[in-house]
Order: sequence, then structure tokens, then C-alpha cells
Amino acid sequence: MSPSVPLQEMIRAIRSARTQCEERGVIQRECAAIRAQFRQADNGGRSHNLAKLLYVHMLGYPAHFGQMECVRMIASPRYSEKRVGYLGAMMLLDEKQDASLLITNSIKNDLSNSNQYIQSLALCTLACMGSAEMCRDLAPEIDRLLRASNSYIKKKAALCAVHIVRKVHDLGELFTKAARSLLTEKNHGVVHGAVVLITELCERNSETLERFRKTVPDLVQIMKGLVISGYSPDHDVAGISDPFLQVRILRLLRILGRNNEAASDAMNDLLAQVATNTDSTKTVGNAVLYETVLTVLDIKSESGLRVLAVNILGRFLLNNDRNIRYIAMTSLQKIVGTDHNAVQRHRGTIVDCLKDQDASVKRRALELSLALVSASNIRSMMKELLSFLSSCPPELRSQTASGIFNAAERYAPSQRWHIDTILHVLTTAGGDVRDETVPNLIQLITNTSELHCYTVHKLYRALLSDISQQPLVQVACWCIGEYGDLLLTGECQETEPVQVTEDYVLDVLETVLQSHMSSPSTRGFALTATMKLSTRITENVDRIRSIVSIYGSCIDVELQQRAVEYNALFKKYDHMRAAVLERMPVIEKNSQGHTNGETIKESQTVKVKPGEPQQPANQVCDLLDLLGGSEQPLQPSPALGSAAPPIPVSAPNTVGGDLLDLLGGLEPTPITPVATVTVYEKDGVTVTLSCEKQSDSGLTVTLTASNSTESDIRGFTLQAAVPKSVQLHMKAPSGDSLPARGTAKVTQMVVLNNPNKVNLKMRLRISYTSQGSAVQDTVQIDSFPGLGQ
Amino acid sequence: MQFMLLFSRQGKLRLQKWYVPLSDKEKKKITRELVQTVLARKPKMCSFLEWRDLKIVYKRYASLYFCCAIEDQDNELITLEIIHRYVELLDKYFGSVCELDIIFNFEKAYFILDEFLLGGEAQETSKKNVLKAIEQADLEKDSYNQRFVAENVRLSIL
Repeated sequence: MSPSVPLQEMIRAIRSARTQCEERGVIQRECAAIRAQFRQADNGGRSHNLAKLLYVHMLGYPAHFGQMECVRMIASPRYSEKRVGYLGAMMLLDEKQDASLLITNSIKNDLSNSNQYIQSLALCTLACMGSAEMCRDLAPEIDRLLRASNSYIKKKAALCAVHIVRKVHDLGELFTKAARSLLTEKNHGVVHGAVVLITELCERNSETLERFRKTVPDLVQIMKGLVISGYSPDHDVAGISDPFLQVRILRLLRILGRNNEAASDAMNDLLAQVATNTDSTKTVGNAVLYETVLTVLDIKSESGLRVLAVNILGRFLLNNDRNIRYIAMTSLQKIVGTDHNAVQRHRGTIVDCLKDQDASVKRRALELSLALVSASNIRSMMKELLSFLSSCPPELRSQTASGIFNAAERYAPSQRWHIDTILHVLTTAGGDVRDETVPNLIQLITNTSELHCYTVHKLYRALLSDISQQPLVQVACWCIGEYGDLLLTGECQETEPVQVTEDYVLDVLETVLQSHMSSPSTRGFALTATMKLSTRITENVDRIRSIVSIYGSCIDVELQQRAVEYNALFKKYDHMRAAVLERMPVIEKNSQGHTNGETIKESQTVKVKPGEPQQPANQVCDLLDLLGGSEQPLQPSPALGSAAPPIPVSAPNTVGGDLLDLLGGLEPTPITPVATVTVYEKDGVTVTLSCEKQSDSGLTVTLTASNSTESDIRGFTLQAAVPKSVQLHMKAPSGDSLPARGTAKVTQMVVLNNPNKVNLKMRLRISYTSQGSAVQDTVQIDSFPGLGQ
Repeated sequence: MQFMLLFSRQGKLRLQKWYVPLSDKEKKKITRELVQTVLARKPKMCSFLEWRDLKIVYKRYASLYFCCAIEDQDNELITLEIIHRYVELLDKYFGSVCELDIIFNFEKAYFILDEFLLGGEAQETSKKNVLKAIEQADLEKDSYNQRFVAENVRLSIL
């Protein structure tokens, strides 16, 4: 009988097949033969047939028809057949298959077989693929074996028990006593199995953990024996005596010593001994040291020991072996929160690891470096991080970019440095930054008013060299639109001034508008910037007008909408253009969903809201509608940053929206003026206010304007802003011109609703044209007559 | 340990031992992806990588990659030692083992693994004892087993 030859012949035949198709053919033939064999009565070659099938299965071909054969073979009395049968069971049957239940009985019988090798097969299979039901059925058998058998079986039974506990947590109780007694055995395999079992029991159940704390002295004893004892040839690996057992014991000690002073004290000496005496020239020694360090850092160890542990990690960082450096950084990451200073000492080495070739090491080094950034080392760390960003692998880029932003935000030594850093990131990795970077950067820029000139110059230069990085282009366009006048004056103290003419600036913006690389939201930015420049430049307004009108027929709906509205601004509302497009106020930083206080937002009421496609009517009231009216606070536009610049770009908060909520509505209501008060009187224009309470929270305010000058006033408009919780509806004014010498007045009604009964204030903006020049003024009204406030 | 895979430089699977229940389809998917990931690594790179939520420890011996998937709390360095111990066992058993030994005697490779690891954990820490057990078990078998000695590249184990 030469049974393995057919197997090996088949393997050879399969390997010599030159194409996939040939291979398939060979395998099909073999499988057919195997199937036929399975159906036959017992012959000598059963195990080999199954072995062949298992080989075929490993190549990836279906082999489910062998499952029943496995079951039959396991039940066979012959050892060779049992062996292959169990192997087949482990490969073909898993707990999801129904057939697996059929072998439970065989396993049960084999567990009590007199032949230890048969017992071992059963134990191995149960531990590998035993389902929960099988485990429940056989647990008592395993417990019996744990107590009364030879060490060969005991060690296997222990690990089988581990599997059972993992599958059925409750059965842990059953094994506790046996596990305890196994610790006293001499056989390393048994002790190892016992330690693994106890670890598993303690991890699952805190009561068991309490009970096993008593074993700490025993464990310490065993460890000491291993560390101090002389050379033991059976278990020695490169001078370390049974490192596998040492590592498991250290792990168990970690679990037992966690959060427990007494247990931690008992193991202090031992840990110190292991840490100092273990030879670290080979991997195996480092494995033990690593586990020791993890244990020291996790239990309540004394500070000297902790320092020792961190120093070991520091030594690991300098090790030539990349693996050691990697795990050192992984461990340091875990303690960087608690032992920050200790880890800081190794900052230099960690930063060096950023330059390592290996991606895993780089990732670890990056995470650690970001955790180590502090106010004192921000400048040097940022230099390293920025150079890392330019050369790092693509999968780490966005993590690096956001890490840099966070660090810059927390520790920036100066505003200018902060802006420079962000710009640097945008130029190197613009495509990988998060969406809120653009609004955040814009908010930062508006906040540093002294650097506006510097910023816009820098951004302009950046734009000249490269318009492919969308976030950068968006910010640059916005700045040029906002601070274009600073750019054109050409003076700048912080950086070399560039000779920029209006044409150049418009050229750049047009390039962005027309470039294929620009995304729709970027184009939106560019168009609005161009429009804004119309009030900041003097000569090329016509060019802007023509650009804007071209986009009136653009395919992109958003752009088209904007262009149409800007056109309208040029044509019909030219007098408003300056007001609409003036400089934005400082945007207050708000986190997502954060509600504002009850402050009145100055001049944000003046901004155009492009989300409303409206037919510009002759009534100024329609313009107010444009400025205000809808209920939805945010525009339908896709990208956050592309919201029209007049709306504060931190769009997640509803600042702009709520304010815009304040203006609008066109329902008529009866006017019944009561007490009047003059709220504004200047240059001959007088505005009076009277109010009447309509309901508990409702109030109607009437504003009356008159003109006592010698010339007529045209385009008279009033805009109002109130605290956030107050709702405001402005009605249509009676007209927009104030004839001279007070011959006629303009009245406008405002309906207010104050449900929260806040202190009512109103800010009023008055704009008009008199004798050819536009006038604008603002007044704040703090008290309302008739309200007793 | 959750599973151990042995595969060649061409990505052909030579041994797979799964200690967690997964369907055949899932096993195939994991194997395919993991083999691809490991084969893409350059020679001097770190032996550890994070893949899905597992830690993967791998080492190359001549033409074979030994790849283990361990859990978060397991010690990576000792897993490297486990892999090394397994290779030593194979080497001792087959006498200067090479890939062909493992191909033509795959069931033996499994038997040796099952004497060294049980349920994903090491069961015997003494090399001698493992080898003794396998020898004895072989004798139990109706013995015939000719050992196949291959002419090709030996697995270098150091």
C-alpha cells in the first residue's frame, strides 16, 4: 500500500497543467473519481481520496460533497482515517454547516478514547471549529480531562476550554477551579495553557478576576523561576527561557494588576528585574521587554518603574530593526496622554521616523508627532510636518493636513504665521483638505485686519502660479474680491509689493472663471469676486459688466443666477451697488449648530441673497424681498463655500439665514400709529417711529420719513435689523422719494414678533440719494414708545 | 490568532488555518485581499500592518510568505517568534524544508501546525516535545510515509 503516491501524483498532474483550463480539466476528472470512490464500500484508500479532495479545496475549487465523507471517516476506527477525517472537518465544516453537528458524538467518544493521539485529534478539532452547542455538550468532558489526564492531554484540554469560554461565556464558571490547580504543574505546556485559560476567564468576568488576584504571588514565582534559572535546553530561545510562557504570564499580570494597588505592588520587583535583565539583542528578548513595558504602563506601578519602561521604549526607538521602532511608537501613542513629558524627550527620534521608508512607520510617527505638538515646539514641529506633507504617501495626506490645521489653530504663535501655514498646506495638498477649511480660513483672514494687505498680495501671487488647487483658488478669489483695493494700491509692508493693475487682476479672475480645472463653486467665488471689484476699482467697470453679462447665459444654473442678479444690480439698482458690495464685517467664529447671542449683526442686512430668483419690480419693496424674505435660512447651492460672499461663509450656523429672515414679507396690515418718537434727524431727513402692541408678543412699528431740504430725495430706503429671537416683517413702503420741503412723507410698517420677550432693540439703516450723491446712515433704537421698555 | 495563511510569491495559497468561523466566500475574499496587500509590500518594510481591524504579522522565508492575523491585545513580536518556531518545526521534520515539501505534503504541514498551535494559541513551547509528538502520531498511522525530498531552493530559516 503506497497511499500517498496517488495524492502526490495528482498534485504533480495539477501542477504540470499549463493553462487554467487544463488544470480545471484535471481537477474535474479527479473529483469525479473521488466521488465514485466515496460511494464505494470501504477500501484502503479512503484517507487518500479525502486528502486529494482537501488539496483541491485549497486551490479554491468546491468540495462540499466531501463533508459527509469527513463525518464517516471521523467515525472510522483506523487512526490514519480519523486523522484525515478530522483535518477535513476543520477545513470543510465550520459551525455554519449543518453537518458539523453530526460529528459531536464522534468527538465525544474520541475524547474518552484510550489512545491519547485520538483524544488529541478530537480536542484539536473542537477547539478549532466547535460551535456553541457542541461546546455546551462537551464542556463537562473537557473539565474532566482538565483534572485527570496526562500533561499531553491537559495542555490541549486547557486551550479547548479557552475556546469553549469564548463561545459560551457562562461556561467559564465550570473551569475556574481546574484552571487554578493547573498552575502548579511542572509541565510548561500545561502551565502555558492554564495561564491562557485564566487570562480568558478574567477578561470575561470581573468576579473571577477578583478571585484570581490571589494567584499573583504564584505567577511571580513562576516568572522568577524562568528569568533567573539557568539554561534549560528544552525551552530556550536565544538565551531566554520559554519566552512564550513569559509573555503570557506578563499579560495575565497586567490584567490582574490593573487598578489594584496590592497586586501591582506584588509584581513591581519582578517587573523591574525582567526589564533590566532581559537581553535585548534579539527579537525574542524584545518581545518579552515589550510585554513588560505594556504591563508596567498599565498597572499602578511606582514612578521609577514607569520611567524605566519609557526609557526602554526610547531605546526601542533607536533600534535598527524597523519592527521594533514601529511597536515602540505604538506603545508611546498609548501613553502620550498620561506621560506626555516623558514622551516629549524622544520627540527628535520620532520626528526622524517621519522620514522612514515604511508606510506603517510613517503613519505611527505622524500620529505621535501630532500628539506631541505643543506651544513651545510649534515652529520646529510645523517645519517638519510641512516637509512631511510634501513627500508623504497619498493615504496619509488628509490626516496630515487636518492635523496641521488643528495644531496651528491651537498653538499659532502669530496670526501671520497661522495664515502662512494654512496657505502652505493649501498649496501643497489642496486637494486633500476638508470642506470647512475654506470658510475657516476666510474667517481667520477677516479677523486679522492688519494683515489683509499681506494676505491678498500673497494669495494673488499664489493664484498667478497655480490655479489647480480648488480650496486655495476659492480663498484667493474671495480675498481679491474683498481686498482688491489693497492689492491695487501696491503698498504692502510685510511683503514685496507687486505692480498690479486692474486689468491684471481681472485677467486672473477671468482665467479662473474660464479654466477647466475650476469647479462650479470656485467659479461662483470668482464671479462674485469680479462683481465686488466693481466697487473697488475705478476704470474697468465696463469690463466687469461685460463679464457678468456673459455669464447670464451660462449653462451652470448657479452661475447663471448670480450673473443675472448682478446684471440687475448694474442696471436697476446701481445706486445700491456700493452698499451691497461693501466690505464684509468681521465674521464671528461659530462651531456647528452653535446659536448666536442676542447681538445685532451690523450691515449684514444689506447683503443680497441670491437664492431667490425674483423678478425685479419697480417697487423697492421687492428688493427688500430679495434681501430678506424666505423662510429657509440657507441657500440651495451645493458647496458651503460657494454661498454668496455676502452671506457669512460659516454657513453651518444660521446667522445669515436668520438675519435674512428678518427682512421680508409683504402682507398688509392696518396702520394705527400711537405715540411717535423721532429716531433720526440729519441733513434735513427726519424719521419718526411709532409703535402699537398687537398682541402679547406682537408689535407693529411705523416709520415715517420726511425731507425738509430744498431738493428732492430719491431712492429712499429703510432697512431694519432686530435681535435674533425677534421676528420681523417689513411691509412695503409707501414710496421711495421724499419731495423737498416735506410736502409728502414716506411711511413704512414693520411687524415684530417677540415671543421670548427679549429686550427689543432695532437698528435702522437709511439710504437715499440727494443732489446726485448717495447717502447712508445707521441709527440704533433702544427704546420703543408705548412699550414701557 | 484569528487565522494563518501561507502563500507563495505568485499568490498561490499553500496552507490556510482559520480559527474563526467564516463562510467560504468570506474566507476567499479575505485571502485574496490580504495576499494582494502583503505581496505589494517592499522587502525592507515593517513586518506589521494594520488591515481592517486586525493586526497582520507576516514574514517571508525564501519563496513563502507566512502571514498571521492577531487581535489587538496580542504581542506582535512574539507572533513573529511563533512563525519562526513553526518554520523551525517544519525544517526539522522535513529536513531543510522548501516550498515543494509543503506543497506535496500539505497534510503533514497541517498536522505539525496542529501539534504546535491549538485554537489559535501555542500549546507546546518546547520544540522537542512537538516533534516527538508528531513522530509518535506518525507511528500510529499505518506507516508508509515516504518523505519527499525536493531538489529546489531550501527555505532559509535564519
